Amino acid sequence: MKRSLALIAFVGAACLSAPSFAATVDQVKSRGYLVCGSNPGLPGFGLPDDKGNWTGFDIDFCRAVAATIFNDPNKVRFVPLTAKDRFTALQSGEIDVLARNTTWTQSREVAQGFLFPAITYYDGQGFMVRKKLGVNSATELDGASICVQQGTTTELNLADFFRTHNKKYEPVVFATADEAIKAYDSGRCDSFTTDGSQLVSERLKLGTPDDHIILPEVISKEPLGPTVRQGDDQWFNLVRWTAFAMLDAEELGVTQKNADEQAKGTNPEVRRLLGAEGNYGSNLGLTQDWALRIIKNVGNYGEVFDRNLGEGSRLKLKRGLNALYTKGGIQYAPPIR
Amino acid sequence: MSAPATPLATERPPIWNDPFWRGLASQILLAGVVALLVIEATINARDNMHARGIPTDLSFWNMPAGFDINQSFVSYSALSPYGRAFVVGLLNTLFVAIVGVFFATIVGFAVGAARLSKSWLLARLATMYVEVIRNIPLLLQLLFWYNAVLKPLPGPRQSVDLFGAAFLNNRGLFVPEPVARAGFDYVLIAFAIGILGSLVFSFFARHRQTETGAQWPVFRVSLALVLGLPILVYFLTGRPLDFAAPQLRGFNFVGGIRLSPELVALLLSLILYTASFIAEIVRAGIQSVPRGQAEASLALGLRPGPVRRLVIMPQAMRVIIPPLTNQYLNLTKNSSLAVFIGYPDLVQIFAGTVLNQTGAAVQVIFITMAVYLVISLATSTVMNLYARHTAIRER
Repeated sequence: MKRSLALIAFVGAACLSAPSFAATVDQVKSRGYLVCGSNPGLPGFGLPDDKGNWTGFDIDFCRAVAATIFNDPNKVRFVPLTAKDRFTALQSGEIDVLARNTTWTQSREVAQGFLFPAITYYDGQGFMVRKKLGVNSATELDGASICVQQGTTTELNLADFFRTHNKKYEPVVFATADEAIKAYDSGRCDSFTTDGSQLVSERLKLGTPDDHIILPEVISKEPLGPTVRQGDDQWFNLVRWTAFAMLDAEELGVTQKNADEQAKGTNPEVRRLLGAEGNYGSNLGLTQDWALRIIKNVGNYGEVFDRNLGEGSRLKLKRGLNALYTKGGIQYAPPIR
Repeated sequence: MSAPATPLATERPPIWNDPFWRGLASQILLAGVVALLVIEATINARDNMHARGIPTDLSFWNMPAGFDINQSFVSYSALSPYGRAFVVGLLNTLFVAIVGVFFATIVGFAVGAARLSKSWLLARLATMYVEVIRNIPLLLQLLFWYNAVLKPLPGPRQSVDLFGAAFLNNRGLFVPEPVARAGFDYVLIAFAIGILGSLVFSFFARHRQTETGAQWPVFRVSLALVLGLPILVYFLTGRPLDFAAPQLRGFNFVGGIRLSPELVALLLSLILYTASFIAEIVRAGIQSVPRGQAEASLALGLRPGPVRRLVIMPQAMRVIIPPLTNQYLNLTKNSSLAVFIGYPDLVQIFAGTVLNQTGAAVQVIFITMAVYLVISLATSTVMNLYARHTAIRER
């Protein structure tokens, strides 16, 4: 309800407000904190605890952006958004950046006014079913009822998959992932479908996670990453290079613990990253230690991944495609120079 | 002595003091300001959206939608355009609105009458119903029916078997689907003739009553014409109607008509909630008719049935209709709560998925608002015509 009010307010604002294109980074600085659109409750990616502290992979990305601007990862306010409402919130300027496991697609970037500065997680869509159903492959789901979240690429991939395999299914579409997984849990659906990482995460919410299996098929490409509005190149660059700095840091072995020490070292690549050489920060409208702030406050990409999604988390996701290109994955950031 | 004729009537005030011209000028000014604001807002919105790369037109209307919908009264697939998805959502909304209004009226009138019943138990039960239902938020009731009542139903393979014909499980209620064979057209024709015949008969019956005072059994003859005639033709033509029973195949039942849990929960909550308000309106309407009216009719020798039908209700309806219209409008608009339980209504499909996939927030929201406005205005118009029909005619 609150969201629909926001939507109406946006439509009203679009009609009445004068065109204002103040640079986002200036707005954030004068406001004193970053406003980040986040997932309302997806363990591993974005979830508030009972004290209102947010944790997760996407959350840490927002904290990294806050850290690079303010040198304080806590100067960020999180706005929980459903998949359906996230784009309106970004369009309307309610949030500065959207970090909510959002898939980079052609139409979102070309036709809807968004830009995807980086890919922070390479994912793909899968299916979860009850073990006792005896299904071993997604192609056996002919005639099944499938719970899905509204406003996602998932909803479209699902239609594609069953069309390609010439099979029937019943989509049961819910506004939030929470409603969809609850409906699946109660038996309304035979299967629940979403991105693979989210399946692992949502499975932990179920009564007995071991009663459910994730089918082997991955039916789509889901490059997930932060999203910004078009028309502000400076902000786009800031968000993009926050992601790249975290990847470069991992590649160069710069960690939260050794960052200060590394900055005093001799490796020119590390020295450029950490602001000991060149003026890469001021080109972004930031301070010289912009990347050092990220690494010291939040950590490099690998550390953030392990803490939220990998071995250090409940999800225990493998790096897979998200390993660095030097380690068999496809995560690859351009050099800082 | 004759006073000189006062020239009041001929002397016109200067134009800036003339009430007519002053009124006209201020209205033109107001209309101009409003029009300017609207034009300015439109241009501004278009420019703002354009600058941010947000679509500003309706070119998405004919693009393939790419998503599926699980309840549709017209043929629809993922290859259909967004415009088709809009129609599907609109029809699903209208379906809920029409079925909801129909049953809410029946339940509401029944409960409203029951509240005035001489039976102590019936009247108390009706009061309890009204007080409980109308004081709980509709959304809670909707979630209650969906989660607490419908979801504990068994899975498709353990369906509740209703006489081997209908099945109830957590995928919905599956009932046999009537399939017409050749010859069923005659039954439909007989039905139409029956309705027409009963109208003609009641017209002549009324005419005869005003002429001679004698009554014909209009109700029984109409029943025979409307129901009896088609049933007779149905058997004469060799029962040209088959029932396709739903079959369990794979995960779900196939064939038959399915009422999804979402639809049932939405209808139940809307009907029960709105009926509780209608019941109060009906009670108030009946009580607004002075007691003397009923007493006078009884004194004239009318039986209680005709007293209610001919004296009380026609007068009560004048009071009932305007607030009843409000309830119909409320029910229609409340049906947009469907989005919370995943029923594919206009808001869920169009202002949800379509808006999200196309990014055309402003256009989609405006169209959605316009649709509800048109539905509401149409409902009001029909109800106002009916109100005029029941109004006191000054003779």
